[in-house]
Amino acid sequence: MAEKSFEDKTTETIACPKCNFSVDTTGLVTKCPQCGEDMVSVLRELGRVKVRAGLARDDSATTHEFIVRTKGLTKVYQMGDVTVPALDGVNLDVRRGEYLSIMGPSGSGKSTLFNMVGGLDKPSGGTCFIDEVDMAQLDAFELAWLRCRKIGYIFQTFNLIPVMTALENVTLPMIFAGMGTDEMLDRGRELLERVGLGERYNHKPHELSGGQQQRVAVARSLANAPAILLADEPTGNLDLRTGREIIELLKELNVEDGVTIISATHDLKMIEASDRVVHIRDGKIERIDRREDLQIDVGTIGGEEVV
Amino acid sequence: MAATVTADLLERGVQRQITLSWRQASVISMRNVTLRLGRAAVTGAGIVLGIAFLVAVWTARVVDDGWEKYQGRRSHSVAADRAIDREQAQEAIAARRAKGNWLVVMSLLVCGVGITNSLLMSVTERFREIGTMKCLGALDEFIVRLFLIEAAVLGVLGSVAGAIVGHIIVLVISMITKRPDIVAMMNWGVMLGYLGLSVLIGTVLSLTAAVFPAMRAAKLPPAAALRTEI
Repeated sequence: MAEKSFEDKTTETIACPKCNFSVDTTGLVTKCPQCGEDMVSVLRELGRVKVRAGLARDDSATTHEFIVRTKGLTKVYQMGDVTVPALDGVNLDVRRGEYLSIMGPSGSGKSTLFNMVGGLDKPSGGTCFIDEVDMAQLDAFELAWLRCRKIGYIFQTFNLIPVMTALENVTLPMIFAGMGTDEMLDRGRELLERVGLGERYNHKPHELSGGQQQRVAVARSLANAPAILLADEPTGNLDLRTGREIIELLKELNVEDGVTIISATHDLKMIEASDRVVHIRDGKIERIDRREDLQIDVGTIGGEEVV
Repeated sequence: MAATVTADLLERGVQRQITLSWRQASVISMRNVTLRLGRAAVTGAGIVLGIAFLVAVWTARVVDDGWEKYQGRRSHSVAADRAIDREQAQEAIAARRAKGNWLVVMSLLVCGVGITNSLLMSVTERFREIGTMKCLGALDEFIVRLFLIEAAVLGVLGSVAGAIVGHIIVLVISMITKRPDIVAMMNWGVMLGYLGLSVLIGTVLSLTAAVFPAMRAAKLPPAAALRTEI
């Protein structure tokens, strides 16, 4: 499992203060494997552990410049006799801390690309790297770990569990991550306050409006402080004003906490918030716009109409 | 190279694991059962009926045995004359019992199929929920665990309800058609044993019926589950 680690690739060893065993500190070490001595204080003292109390954090040691890289990504759907090519050789690099929007008409491969990046589906060809780790080489456990801790998801249809309250929905990923109950509830409430739903934590999804449900979904996606947020049409089911609020919330998270945000969307309001906009059509990247280059006129973008 | 983490998570050393304890899974499952009572009732009805039938057959058997013993005690004086008759009577009893057993087994099988169908529907209704949970990091076995706990709870509750219903009905009928104090003639040790066994059978049946739907639910790739339109 060492080669497929998401953590630091360089191996360094520290001598355990009690039994002098050389402890391999690749990844995270809390106890000496030989004598069980607590290593956290040692690591802190050596200045190798930085404490950052943020709601989202970047926990990769070697800060790879590109948090997501795809090379020649292809996906073909087989429907009976017909093969439907959804993605046709997509090469995309997403920088850490970037706000990227993927735009395109229906059927352009937007959602498929999104699913590939998020590890929700396997590509037919090409490779996708998350933090320089090839996703195709991950087994089910590692994929689950990735989805639990490194990636947060936001969907068009909110996808909250209807039988659970807002707080329980937000803390569900923390349960999977093995967090203790008190800590889980504290952090859950903190996250709900951050998205502006502090008093609604006891309400079930059907007692919340669409915008509020999406906020709960955003809070849930931040549960384990992920490095990437994947948003699939986050404003699709929301009205103009609520959609704008959600986009502002996402931008806030991007700027203040340094979360990389990748969103697949139809919504033109997203363009103002994005650092880069990827236009995709028929499974290929048509062009990539950077915000500085865009001229936003009323009704058109850069002089041409965007679907 | 520095490892940059939030201190509290590091202290717990839980960075690498994904867990769902049985206790937490039970909480989630119980919530699903109690808040989806309609669906649970349909699934439960299958178990109630099957176990009610099973317990009815067994109760009738214990009642008959008690009755026969009572009758035998009364006419023990003519035992010698009735030896051959008794043998024939016992053959008849054995044949009746075999038929009864076969009926019970068939009815339990039908109930099992019914439960599987009902649980498959329940799983289909919850595709999106399952896909979402996998996006949040749930392993396949967590999904199976959740469904099996639900099935076990329904199995136990349904079996107990079914056992009570089947037992009471046969008792009442026997009291009316034979004698009200037939209750005293029954071998209650055996009867209670049968009742316990029926609850066990019902639970096992429910769990067995749930295995296929649960595994099917767990194997869905998250994208496929999310794409489903209900």
